[in-house]
Amino acid sequence: MGFEFVSLSLPPLVIGVCVAIACAVPGNFLLLRRQALIGDAISHVVLPGIVLAFVVAGSLSSVAMMIGAAVAAVFSMVAIELIRRFGRIEPGAAMGVVFTTMFAAGVLLLEQSDTDGVHLDVEHALFGNLEGLIWFDALGWASLLDPVALAGLPVELPRMFAVLVIIVVFTVVYWRPLAVMSFDEGFAQALGLRTQALGMMLVILSALAAVAAFDAVGSIIVIAMFICPPAAARLLTNQLGRQVWLSALLAAISAIIGYVLAGYGLGWLGYGASVSAAGMIATVSGVILAIAAVCGPHRRRVS
Amino acid sequence: MTLELVGHSSEQDRAAPLLIRGMTVSYGEKPAVFSADMALRAGEMTAIIGPNGAGKSTLLKAALGIVTPLAGQAQFFGQTLDAVRGRLAYVPQRASVDWDFPTRVIDVVLMGLYPRLGLLGRIRGNHRDEAMGCLERVGMEAFAKRQIGQLSGGQQQRVFLARALAQKADLYLLDEPFAGVDAATEKAIITVLKSLTEAGKTVVAVHHDLATVVDYFDNVLLLATQVIAQGPVEEVFTKALLEKTYGGRLSQAVMPESAVS
Repeated sequence: MGFEFVSLSLPPLVIGVCVAIACAVPGNFLLLRRQALIGDAISHVVLPGIVLAFVVAGSLSSVAMMIGAAVAAVFSMVAIELIRRFGRIEPGAAMGVVFTTMFAAGVLLLEQSDTDGVHLDVEHALFGNLEGLIWFDALGWASLLDPVALAGLPVELPRMFAVLVIIVVFTVVYWRPLAVMSFDEGFAQALGLRTQALGMMLVILSALAAVAAFDAVGSIIVIAMFICPPAAARLLTNQLGRQVWLSALLAAISAIIGYVLAGYGLGWLGYGASVSAAGMIATVSGVILAIAAVCGPHRRRVS
Repeated sequence: MTLELVGHSSEQDRAAPLLIRGMTVSYGEKPAVFSADMALRAGEMTAIIGPNGAGKSTLLKAALGIVTPLAGQAQFFGQTLDAVRGRLAYVPQRASVDWDFPTRVIDVVLMGLYPRLGLLGRIRGNHRDEAMGCLERVGMEAFAKRQIGQLSGGQQQRVFLARALAQKADLYLLDEPFAGVDAATEKAIITVLKSLTEAGKTVVAVHHDLATVVDYFDNVLLLATQVIAQGPVEEVFTKALLEKTYGGRLSQAVMPESAVS
C-alpha cells in the first residue's frame, strides 16, 4: 500500500491540491471584483498560445508550452482591458468576445498543425493528465527523504508548488491593497494605490496559475476552482480573511475527495472502471458550492 | 457681490488646502467639467452645488487623480497630490461600493489606518481603540462587529465618515455625504464636520439639498460644468446665481427661502 500510494497517488493528490488552492485564492478577489469569469476566459484563451508554441518549438516541451500559453493569456487579458476601457462595454461582454475568438482560433490552429504525433488534443486540453503523473522513483514513504528519488518527481509537482508559493506570497503581502481595492476602488485610488496595476497583477497571477495547471490537470479544474470554492466560502462567512482561508480549505478538500472518488468511487459502487480525476474534482467542488448555497449561514443578500 | 477669481491668486490661495486650476474632464464627447477653478478656505466648510450631471463628483475625483483630466491641475496645501496624500481623506458616494462585501464595520474603519500601517504592519490594540473612537464620534460603536450589509443607508454613511476620521486628515473631501440618509444621521454627520472645522480642518462636500446650505456651509461653489460662482454663502448663494446654475431646472418650489434674493 505504502509504495503504491506514494508512487501512484501522492503526486496527483499533491498537484491537485496545489492547483486547487493556487486558483481558489486569487479567485476570491476575482469573484468580489465581479471578474469571476476571467478564470474561465483564461483557460480558453491559452489554447492558441499552446498550439502556436508547439508549431514554433516543434515539440511539446513544457517550457515552450508555458511561454506560449502565458503570451496568449496576457495578450487576451490586455485585449479585454482595452476593449473594456476604450469600447466602454461591460467587462463580461469584453471577456466573451475575446475568449471565444481565441478559443476558436486555437481549435483552427490545432486542426491545421500536425499535432497527431503528440499528446495535444481537445481531451488533453480539457482534462489534463492527472492520473498519469506517476513518481516512478518512489519506493515507499522513505523516498520522500531521498534526494535521488525526489529528483524523479513529475516535473509538474515542483512547478505547481512554486506557482502556489508565488500566489500565496503575493496575496499575503498585498492583502490590504487587494482588500481595499476590491471593496472601494475610489477610496483605494485616493490613498494613492495603483489599482490598475494591482488589478492587472491579480489577473496575471491568475493566468500563471491557469497555465501551470493546464498542463497537469486541464482547464476543467481551473475553471471550477476559480469560482466554486470562493463562492462557497463567501456563503459561509462574512469576513474576507476567513473567506480566503475557507476557500483554500474547500479547494483542497475538493481535490482530495475528487481524486479518491474518481479512482475508487465507482469500484465501491461495484463498477470496475475509474473516471477522470479532473472531472470528478471539479464536480465535487460544484457539489460543495451547492451544499453551501442551500445550507450556508450567509447565503441571503442582506440589504 | 464679489466673485473670487482664483486666477489672480493671493498668497492665501497658494497655500489653500485645495487649489484647482483650469480643470477639464471629459468622459466622452461633451466635457463633464470645463476649465474649473476652485480655492478652498482653510478651516471652513465648502459646498459644491449644481444640477445633476454638473460634474460635482467629477471635479473632486479629478482633483484626487481618480479620473484623469484632459487639462488642469490641483494643488493641496501648495504641494502636489502625492506629497500630501496623508493629509487628505476622501469619502466616496455611498452607492459607489458593494455593501455585500464580506467585511465588518470595524474592518472598514481600519482601512483608514492602512496608509500608516503599511503593507504588513500589525494592527495592534491601540489601532483598534482608535478605530472604535472614530466609530464613537459618529455614534456607531455598537455596530463594530456587524456585517456592513446589515446597516441602513445612514449607518453606512456614518461608517464611511468614521473611516475618514481614522485617516486623521487636514482636508476632508466628501461626495454627497447627506444623500439618502435619515435625519439622525444627517445631524450626526454635520456635528462631526463642524467639529472638524472648529479644530482647524477643512471640509468640502458635494451637496444636493439647497435648503440646508446656509445652515451647514461657510462657502459655496456653484457648478454647471463650468464654475458659475464661488465664495461665502451670503455672497454667492443668491437667487440670481442659483437660477444661472440650474437654468430652467430650478423651480420656484425648490428655491430655498434661505437664498439671498
